[in-house]
Amino acid sequence: MKTTPRGGPNQVLSTTTYAVVGTRPIRHDGTDKVTGRAIYGEDFRLPGTLYGKVLRSPHAHARIRRIDASRAEALPGVRSVVTHADMPDIEDTISDLGEGSFSAKWAADNIMASEKVLYRGHAVAGVAAVDANTAEEALKLIDVEYEPLTSVMRVADAMASDAPLLHEDLYTDSLGETSEKPSNVASHFQHVKGDVDRGFAEAEVTVEREYTTSTVHQGYIEPQNVTALWSSDGQLTIWTSNQGAFGVREQVSSVLNLPVSRIRVIPQEIGGGFGGKITIYMEPVAALLSKKAGRPVKMLMSRAEVFQGTGPAPGGWMRVKIGAKRDGTITAVQADLRFEAGAYPGSAVGAAAVCMFGPYDVPNGRIDGYDVVVNKPKSEAYRAPGAPQGAFAVEQALDELAQRLEMDPIDIRLKNVAKEGTRRIDGPRFPRIGAYECLIAAKEHEHYQAPVGGPNRGRGVAMGFWMNGGGPSACTISVNEDGMVGLVEGSTDIGGTRTSSAMQAAEILGITAEDVRPSVADTDSIGYTGVTGGSRTTFATGWAAIEAARDLLGQMCARAAKIWNVDPSSVAFRERQFVTSADSSKSFNFGELGRELFSTGGTLTGRSNVSPRGVGAAFCVQIVDLEVDPETGKSQVLRHTVVQDAGKAIHPSYVEGQMQGGAVQGLGWALWEGYEFSEAGAMLNPSLLDYKLPTALDVPMIDTVIVEVANPGHPFGVRGVGEVPIVPPPAAAANAVSRAIGVRMAHLPITPYRVLEATGVIEPEPVT
Amino acid sequence: MPVVFVPSLMRGLTQGRSKVEVAGQTVGEVIEELDRVYPGVRAKLVDGGRLSPGVSVAIDGEMAPLGLAEAVGESSEIHFLPAIGGG
Amino acid sequence: MAGKVHVSTTINGERIEFLCYPHQSLLECLRDVLGLTGTKEGCNDGNCGACSVILDGRVVNSCLVLGVEVEDRELTTIEGLALAQGLHPIQTAYLENAALQCGICTPGFIVATKALLDVEPDPSEERIRFWLAGNLCRCTGYDKIVRAVQDAAQRMASERGDAQAKLARQEASR
Repeated sequence: MKTTPRGGPNQVLSTTTYAVVGTRPIRHDGTDKVTGRAIYGEDFRLPGTLYGKVLRSPHAHARIRRIDASRAEALPGVRSVVTHADMPDIEDTISDLGEGSFSAKWAADNIMASEKVLYRGHAVAGVAAVDANTAEEALKLIDVEYEPLTSVMRVADAMASDAPLLHEDLYTDSLGETSEKPSNVASHFQHVKGDVDRGFAEAEVTVEREYTTSTVHQGYIEPQNVTALWSSDGQLTIWTSNQGAFGVREQVSSVLNLPVSRIRVIPQEIGGGFGGKITIYMEPVAALLSKKAGRPVKMLMSRAEVFQGTGPAPGGWMRVKIGAKRDGTITAVQADLRFEAGAYPGSAVGAAAVCMFGPYDVPNGRIDGYDVVVNKPKSEAYRAPGAPQGAFAVEQALDELAQRLEMDPIDIRLKNVAKEGTRRIDGPRFPRIGAYECLIAAKEHEHYQAPVGGPNRGRGVAMGFWMNGGGPSACTISVNEDGMVGLVEGSTDIGGTRTSSAMQAAEILGITAEDVRPSVADTDSIGYTGVTGGSRTTFATGWAAIEAARDLLGQMCARAAKIWNVDPSSVAFRERQFVTSADSSKSFNFGELGRELFSTGGTLTGRSNVSPRGVGAAFCVQIVDLEVDPETGKSQVLRHTVVQDAGKAIHPSYVEGQMQGGAVQGLGWALWEGYEFSEAGAMLNPSLLDYKLPTALDVPMIDTVIVEVANPGHPFGVRGVGEVPIVPPPAAAANAVSRAIGVRMAHLPITPYRVLEATGVIEPEPVT
Repeated sequence: MPVVFVPSLMRGLTQGRSKVEVAGQTVGEVIEELDRVYPGVRAKLVDGGRLSPGVSVAIDGEMAPLGLAEAVGESSEIHFLPAIGGG
Repeated sequence: MAGKVHVSTTINGERIEFLCYPHQSLLECLRDVLGLTGTKEGCNDGNCGACSVILDGRVVNSCLVLGVEVEDRELTTIEGLALAQGLHPIQTAYLENAALQCGICTPGFIVATKALLDVEPDPSEERIRFWLAGNLCRCTGYDKIVRAVQDAAQRMASERGDAQAKLARQEASR
């Protein structure tokens, strides 16, 4: 195996060497993807399919008085129309989707509005017709009588005592007590550690500031899509691009009141998710349209629908205060977070609270978090949900502290960095983590040693933490006649995970990655597997592959014993050979024994169902250099380095890919992206022209350093890598701009307009 | 004995105490015992024989997926945390 | 509504005929009429490049071209790049450089890359980024894509060099 030498744009600070793990094989699904042969949800076709479209509310907040679909139903070519009235009455159950809880009643209401529409874009009805154009024409013929209501678009307005209420039956769960009156504040929680007042009294310097962030979208290039077939025997089959077929099945079952065993979800290749394709949107609509029409129904969102009808990341308001000694030691922290949940409760404010001070040993702290509903699409997960917002505040506050104390920004973090045994502000103590090692690697990096150079340039440093997820995964591995294996797992593959599962199994079995044929199965063909998200897949599905491989080896040892006619307890698999202590002349490698199976009793299948403990947390440090044009306010990113503890990079190229992709999403969040809303609550920029995702011209090469502080909870030391790289960059970019122009930029996005206001080139408008 | 770190939102039920030593060999047993001493705690944590959706448990710093059935050691630290989702 | 129009064109070197309505985009014709689903729909309004194809040597967003406009023209889609003998060097370069994660933007990028290297065989990093600015990728952050294009340029130059050397040898041996 090639160890990557120090220096160069992509470094791997490897601590262990394996035969397969840590190498860079070509991914198994690669040829299909570079030839256009891979079938994504939008490519999937069934004969006789109808095309479905969704009618969406033009109002941000309105009561639905009446829906009359008769003219639409009469249009030639229309085969079915559905509204919320076609959905079954369901109990309001709260279920555990494994990644946060899920209210069936609110989910059903978001899928098609019942009494009120709560945001512009809220689905109201669905139509299925012989082609997409007819379906669109039919939407115009559905008559909906709305009674418009006053909308609230901002947290401050929603929290006012006289604010119009989105839900008349929503009461605040405040510090464990339920409020007397309904409110737009769904919950208020608090984390307390130590004695905050005493901590601030001990501080010799204090930084306190307010910050705001805008709604941003995950920006996956493939829109939501579904094909549903409700067949006459009552079985529902769904083909969809989603981050977890079992999660889709569970949600559809809840919302349509169908037993899970009557639903089969067949995941297609997925064109990006980042958390936004965990929740269902059109699946129940397509299912009901199919039931009524007796034919399969396919639905594909337009880009404008993706922006306005799915689940972006919440914007919000934060106040952060940090107190420290002159030597940079933090004595106390305090934060007040108010996030926009969107139309229904459940923003990521909880995770923001847990992660924002995560990289640091904070002796005293208090965090108050508020989850507030507003007339925007219901917010959903976006890559380390909540943490980029929290870090945007904390990492800037630390940067200000460093400037006040004339301390190096990495040094002030080293002074306070969390280590094994450090107690988080929400209670648990960290096991072995690599936060310190990431800071050192960043400090020693050639990027950090190089001068910033030039006027109008700034260098920003920021650090991020994400706890990563575990959860259930299943795997089976069967031996083929030629001695190679087929590996079946249930994690939809967004970025190379079928290959990382195959590599981990190959390592255990003593074969190559190419000797494993991995595939992602549907809900009928593999055991329950959690979502591909939460940075859990390489860890948990990897564990499943490892356990299935070990199970297979055990069975193969028993078969070797039969073949050799020796006592089974004398057979072992050692250094890639099956050997027996009863006869040193006998051995098989995996392939040799595999080819013997068929004539000695048939193939063998290793299997596992795991829900592993020992999840390892992830830390990431980023360095961003940029130059601000004083005339235009535009920030040009010059150099960007990402240092991250992966525990063990199973496939370093795809770990680097996560680091680079997350970093650039974070730059987009910082500098270019944000929903703009009109006074009436309409999104003004629901297209990729005006909602500006980063292009190849906007960013430089993203250099990477993979630190490997092994996670003791995984056989190879794996820590999830997918989410943490988006946590530091909004703060790192903000720190860089702030240092370049000498003004603290506390509001996202840091557009050229805002920079020119900050530098006095443009008169500031009143803050809205 | 295992120690339960009481979430700040529940300290009203435990007379302000943030740490309580509670006997038990599983998370379920610990909650029963805690509820015996401080009534009302179980209602916050358990729903229909399982940990309430939205509640996770960490034992000695590790998230524990088996919920009430999870084994607890003699000197374990137990934290009840809001379930947090990834993306 | 007007009836369907008969279109004759060349796609990936083959003469193809199809019927479409005048309002149908080339993207729709490729995907829904001809079943060539390698070209992807990301936004349908010319802002993401996932639908990139090469029309008479020029890379275009097929969602902004009408099906009827390709009468008697030459079209290259992602399906036309690989040969019977194997992948195009651009495709190999993308694989070897791990320049894809979800892969939905990849056909568009590979087609745009071919259009670039066909006219500029040795582009600088800045030229590559400028040329590919019309193709959005949300997964990779573009780093490995740019490296793949640089790698593809070298592979193609080396293939040309090998081909020229082979030709020179054949000439010399006559």
